Amino acid sequence: MRDKQIEDLKDYKYGFSTDIESFKAPKGLNEEVIRFISNIKKEPDWLLQWRLKAFERLKVLKEPDWQKPKYPKIDYQDLYYYSAPKSFKEKPKNLEDLDPKLLETYKKLGIPLQEQKRLNGIAVDAVFDSVSVATTFKDTLTEKGIIFCSISEAIQKHPDLVRKYLGSVIPITDHFFATLNSAVFTDGSFVYIPPNVKCPMELSTYFRINASDTGQFERTLIIADKGSYVSYLEGCTAPMRDENQLHAANVELIALDDAEIKYSTVQNWYPGDKDGKGGIYNFVTKRGLCKGKNSKISWTQVETGSAITWKYPSCILKGDNSIGEFYSIAITNNHQKADTGTKMIHLGKNTKSKIISKGISAGKSDMTYRGLVDISKNAANSTNFTQCDSLLMGNKCGAHTVPYIKNKNSNSSIAHEATTSKISEDQLHYCQQRGLNQEEAVGLIVNGFCKEVLQQLPMEFAVEAQKLVGISLEGSVG
Amino acid sequence: MEQKLKTDFDKFISTSNFSNQEIKLKKEALNNFLKNGFPSRKLENWKFSDINQIIQKNIGELAFYNDYNIENEINDDIFINDIEHNKIVIVNGKVERLSFEYEESDKINLSTLDNFNQNSNDDNSLLSLNNSFSNKIHNILVKKNYSFKKPLIIYQITNEKVSNTNINFQLNFELEENSSIKIINLSDDNSEKNFINNLFNFNLGKNSILKNYKIDKKSNTNIKYDYSSITQKENSISETFIFSSGSDYIKNEVNCNLEGQYSSAFINGIHLLSKNKHHEIRTKTNHLYENTKSYQLIKSVINDNSKSVYQGKIYVDSKAQKTDGYQLSKALLLNEQAEFNAKPELEIYADDVKCSHGSASGSLDDNSIFYLMSRGLDQKTAKELLINGFLLDVVEKITDEEIKKLIKKMIGLN
Repeated sequence: MRDKQIEDLKDYKYGFSTDIESFKAPKGLNEEVIRFISNIKKEPDWLLQWRLKAFERLKVLKEPDWQKPKYPKIDYQDLYYYSAPKSFKEKPKNLEDLDPKLLETYKKLGIPLQEQKRLNGIAVDAVFDSVSVATTFKDTLTEKGIIFCSISEAIQKHPDLVRKYLGSVIPITDHFFATLNSAVFTDGSFVYIPPNVKCPMELSTYFRINASDTGQFERTLIIADKGSYVSYLEGCTAPMRDENQLHAANVELIALDDAEIKYSTVQNWYPGDKDGKGGIYNFVTKRGLCKGKNSKISWTQVETGSAITWKYPSCILKGDNSIGEFYSIAITNNHQKADTGTKMIHLGKNTKSKIISKGISAGKSDMTYRGLVDISKNAANSTNFTQCDSLLMGNKCGAHTVPYIKNKNSNSSIAHEATTSKISEDQLHYCQQRGLNQEEAVGLIVNGFCKEVLQQLPMEFAVEAQKLVGISLEGSVG
Repeated sequence: MEQKLKTDFDKFISTSNFSNQEIKLKKEALNNFLKNGFPSRKLENWKFSDINQIIQKNIGELAFYNDYNIENEINDDIFINDIEHNKIVIVNGKVERLSFEYEESDKINLSTLDNFNQNSNDDNSLLSLNNSFSNKIHNILVKKNYSFKKPLIIYQITNEKVSNTNINFQLNFELEENSSIKIINLSDDNSEKNFINNLFNFNLGKNSILKNYKIDKKSNTNIKYDYSSITQKENSISETFIFSSGSDYIKNEVNCNLEGQYSSAFINGIHLLSKNKHHEIRTKTNHLYENTKSYQLIKSVINDNSKSVYQGKIYVDSKAQKTDGYQLSKALLLNEQAEFNAKPELEIYADDVKCSHGSASGSLDDNSIFYLMSRGLDQKTAKELLINGFLLDVVEKITDEEIKKLIKKMIGLN
């Protein structure tokens, strides 16, 4: 079997210069596949060694099993770890080929027709050329010295920066999925903001050229140098379809002295059908390091999609006076499951963290907030405030809160509160009396419940996210 | 350790007179313990307090054989004179005296159990250990419509005859309809470096009331695990108060099943720690029926190198609509080296519920100290006053006035 795979690889070696488009690495996870990925991306040797080291480590790691949502065992040897962008031939020709349900949702969200096509990978005609839009943005960024490109490009053009920071927050010795990503990541985004530069616009994968099909093992690296600021958006409100079931991305943020990174995510991947069949496993590792003094990292997430969401965007507050924030809305409906939250690791003095989490579960779904606040011995005068609220709709769903609180410093304080409740009859009655139908009323109340988090999103995003919150809960009442 | 367990077990069985049925159950329990061993931090429940490591570090080799044939003398000086009370005196895990002199003898029934609750639970091998090595289990049955006239004080004594030994003890209470009992469980440890493993079962019938106050005050180097299992029928009330301060290590675990409508459970606890002590309270309240209520208040004052842990879980079954659950844990860290860990957990499957928890930890408020000092108190007194106030909050929750007074006196709060 192994010999055959090597044989196959040999074929590829000769083949890839002619027809990259149709490439797929053979199924399975082994050293050859990693070498193949590295080779096809023309990576320097250190990165290949780095990947291989991760792979060595992966062999001894066990898949974690402490999470609430259980899933059928994944056969890692039965996956493709590299496939080149699909040619247009394999993609749906036009919108009529798509699931009518999906189109209905687009309509409700008000997404333009061309945009709908782009999202589903339908070949877009020449008139609507998003590339040109993106290029204008690119000029503005280049002027300021901001680097915003795919990580593959960065590896070629800015190897020093990548080498210095890649794996500095999520080391290759981390947990199973993160290490898996380190071994086989294919592409992702890279951002570098030079000292004292305030990024003039919200950066979004949306504008990145060749952003499509980054694959299931995405790697993002964002570095904010001294005194800089950047706001980064990931994902979009429109439902995304993807053939890959497992998504194990790694996102690393590094904020140096006085820098600030704001990272917003709206995740609306395919959650599976009404009976819970199919759907994406979203097992993402996101971690930010407040490396410098007075630095700040803020995570905002709106999680409405995926069959299973299992992620904890975290902050390591290493620099003195650094700040970590986490704002989250997680909505589960039908058979969706989520186990999400954050970790705030206080290492520096006078560090502050704030956690606001809103969970809504409906249908037969299950939602868990799991978080860690750890104030170490040296983190004098640190404070944390945590609030996690859950809203339940119906008695077939579950809402759980599992916070871990560790305080090892007597000058620091931690406050945590959590509530679980349902939408009160009074509130519903009040809204309905004033002419809203039940669904509108629920939408309004839920939006109020989530407001604290929605406010943290960039403006345009917030409006869409608000609509999304309502849509995600459709059919869950009455 | 396995060999030691087996030989000690054989010795224990041969020197006691258990029925064949009991021996069979005990063997099963032993096998279950052998399979799992002492719990370690790998298990979620033991994450903050790895008892396997703690025993190895502080005791080392444990003996499991405990001679229940030894007659122990009881010194009457240890009895509390402030209130009239019934007594159960336990010395080194053996019941030496049962006296219910203040109660009507036909209203209570004392017996020993032939069949014990297996309580087998892979997550908790210590219950299996208890089942395999505990002596005859006494059962106290309070009959229908009878309320105890005087409190029952359980004196749990260890003396210098045991050391480096595992002492297992188990006691059962059954409360029939409309009955009630007040219990003070008082630890009096005069031994060093033992591992004491207690298991209390309480079955509460309809409309019954249990008040259980556990006091561990005397400083000692023993390691303790204390598990209370409370099962509640319709309209019953349980009140548990834990004062945990004396032993080097204690884990108090209260597991409460609210099975009947309108039943309610109250668990309040204090950790008052200094030196190298490491104490944990873990509560689990399972709301299994409609209209049940639970309330937990845990406060910790942590000094020197000590460590306090609170793990609380409120579980609400999908049947248990209209549940009211509340949980609050607060900690004062008085020293640089002190540590507080908490895991207040909610697991909820019903929508029409009101559940919340809060947890706060930090140091004494400088403004409050300043306020008191500006009114003429010195810093030390000001701090003491604030700590007293902080803890009194929990003591004031005790519903029995007489016992509240006694406990305040015992632990020096007023």
